[in-house]
Amino acid sequence: MDFDFSPDQIELKEQARRYLADHCSSTAVRAVLDGPQSHDAALWKGLGTQGFLGAAIPEAYGGSGAGYGELCVIAEELGRAIAPVPFSSSIGLCAELLLRAGTEAQKQRWLPGLADGSLIGTLALAEKPGRVTLASLSATAAGGRITGRKCPVPDGDIADLAVVATRDAGAHTVSLHIVDLRAAGVQRQALPGVDPTRSQAQLDFSGAEAEPLGAPGQGWALAQAVIDRAAVLMAFEQVGGADKALQTACDYAQERFAFGRPIASLQAIKHMLADMYVSATLARSNAYYGAWALQADAPELAEAAATARVSASQAYQHCARNNIQVHGGMGFTWAFDCHLHYRRANLLALQLGSLSEWEDRLVGHLVAKRNTATTSAA
Amino acid sequence: MNFDDTPQEAAFRAEARAWIAANAPKHLHAQLAAAGYGQSPLASGDAIAESKAWQKKKRDAGWACLHWPKEYGGRGASPIERVIWQQEEGVYAKMAGMFIIGQGMIAPTLMAFAEERHKRRYLPPLASGEEVWCQLFSEPVAGSDLAGLRTKAEKVGDEWVVNGQKIWTSGAHYSDFGMILTRTDPNVVKHDGLTMFFFDMKSPGVEVRPIKQVNGQSGFNEVFFTDLRIPDHQRLGDVGKGWKVSLTTLMNERMSIGAGMPTGFPELLDFCCEFDTGDGLAVDDPAVRSRLAQFAVRTSGLKYTAYRSISALSRGQIPGPENSIGKLVAGTTLQEIAAFAMDLQGPSGVLVDAAQPSAAARFQAMLLRSPATRIEGGTDEILRNIIAERVLGLPADMRADRGMPFNQIPTRVR
Repeated sequence: MDFDFSPDQIELKEQARRYLADHCSSTAVRAVLDGPQSHDAALWKGLGTQGFLGAAIPEAYGGSGAGYGELCVIAEELGRAIAPVPFSSSIGLCAELLLRAGTEAQKQRWLPGLADGSLIGTLALAEKPGRVTLASLSATAAGGRITGRKCPVPDGDIADLAVVATRDAGAHTVSLHIVDLRAAGVQRQALPGVDPTRSQAQLDFSGAEAEPLGAPGQGWALAQAVIDRAAVLMAFEQVGGADKALQTACDYAQERFAFGRPIASLQAIKHMLADMYVSATLARSNAYYGAWALQADAPELAEAAATARVSASQAYQHCARNNIQVHGGMGFTWAFDCHLHYRRANLLALQLGSLSEWEDRLVGHLVAKRNTATTSAA
Repeated sequence: MNFDDTPQEAAFRAEARAWIAANAPKHLHAQLAAAGYGQSPLASGDAIAESKAWQKKKRDAGWACLHWPKEYGGRGASPIERVIWQQEEGVYAKMAGMFIIGQGMIAPTLMAFAEERHKRRYLPPLASGEEVWCQLFSEPVAGSDLAGLRTKAEKVGDEWVVNGQKIWTSGAHYSDFGMILTRTDPNVVKHDGLTMFFFDMKSPGVEVRPIKQVNGQSGFNEVFFTDLRIPDHQRLGDVGKGWKVSLTTLMNERMSIGAGMPTGFPELLDFCCEFDTGDGLAVDDPAVRSRLAQFAVRTSGLKYTAYRSISALSRGQIPGPENSIGKLVAGTTLQEIAAFAMDLQGPSGVLVDAAQPSAAARFQAMLLRSPATRIEGGTDEILRNIIAERVLGLPADMRADRGMPFNQIPTRVR
């Protein structure tokens, strides 16, 4: 059994951590938090130049073709650094959709830019509040042109291209399209969100030019499959964030004195921190299961992704919430970084579908597996 | 990343599997497989005799205590081979319960501290299950604060005379030998006045009284000592160094890595897939699904945490501290799963009749056994302290008895 990252992958992770320590300090994250921009453009280009963004994109399309394990360890470090970059949208979703369903020409046209960071992509799926279901979609495509509203679209205000999901006329099916968001017929409006270091937008399409991605009518299954893959990467972002929030809380608890002793010597605090370690450890182990499934393209991928995702969403929320609690009043100030984790943890818990949605998916997969096993045993 | 065996591991697994297929007591398989958490694995027949027979058979073929040196009854196997054996042994490992303390905790202590002649005399029959050992540490006033124990050992000639009482001694009623931690000097700080011995449980002056537990079973005992005499050569470690010896034992308690501790989740999933609440199958209820998902990720998290440790062993490395979460997570989850399943059963949930079709009293047995899981071998609170101090590097608790001679430590409000 070799249920761990390879020495090369671990070295890459260290390399990413060092790069982010230099280029994505708390000061850099705060520049996005407090400034007008909604991502760190210089950091994004740098991540592209370093080869981090294209780790799982084949060399033929401008990536390094290293693999998904590599992408997982990079995602963990981006999460640890609370990096203000559109990694999940551009790499986890858009590049994956192109890789899975794009024509050769589409891959040649878009992937090199996504790999080197000169382009940003996203997936425009949700349209209104509530769970995103096939029935909740009403944007349409006709004659190569899209009409409708998508909201919220992660990184929609900074993206150059989007994969847009539309409802097929008179059918209970969905199709996907590639839209150049810089072209005519696209209106975008940035929307304020709980985490200003990650952008959200409303996109209005009024006859925007669209090119089909994948087979018509197959969009829902394709989007779900790619969302499963992106969920594993996001779980690693969450695991990295949880780890950092726990570490921050431990450091502060040892520095801060009350009643003549470090608060880290009080059992109420120690036990809270131990419980955070438990959540973070469960989430890491579950995320490794996701990483295995992603690398192996295993039949268990959907179940593993949901497992990783449920566990990681909880762990990051738990660690971020209690990091504030350990800091006391200081944790509620703008000046301390605790709220950066709190914001990011709660943003990530909703992207790609909410916790309750992933719980539901997970149980669906487990029941299917159980029923198959029971049937074959009988 | 993969779950595959190396060629050597695969060969070892094939050998183990073949031997088990040819030698396991298959007539017990159904009964062992059906036994839930808190239920006796072998409810009918002579459980002790069956357990000892299987253990002896394993020992004779070289499949007992695999990681021990051959001269003491083991196989000299690597840690990963031991894990592979545990995986292959499957339900038959449920019969090993009565040997776990002796083989898993006491034997490493004997190997580290006993005289060579004692190792050669006592370890082989411990491996074969022909002799069973118990560990006498806890006392009525010394549980989590183990170093506060009071059972007294006084040196008289070449012997030690022991008086006092131990409690929560698992298996004392069927044990042949015991390892006991005693106080030999009450005038020094508590950790410095302790000494470890082993002795024959059939000696005069030893009285074992079973404790009836919450769940009606009696796995634990009280053991009383009245002028028990132990020869000095049965001392383990130096006089006054018993605390250090006990740490060897306790460290081994936490070293054992299986396939992750049971949480009761597979049983709960089965139940929810089959139980009709009157409003459809339980598993179709969104509230039930949410709870199921929570239990599922804790269970898989424990499983894959164990796999990470096993991978470290497979790479020839020492596992990290991640497995320290096992019992803490499993204990709470067992208790919550039991209560949740019973809640779904409504008023019928109170019944413990094993003939009831839907759950066969499985969750009721789990409910009544699970409180002990959160206490035995280190309470949830002690485990949190251990994670906080040894894993996260946080400061130790402040102790009111620090530096105080044992006989001056307050024991009640004055």
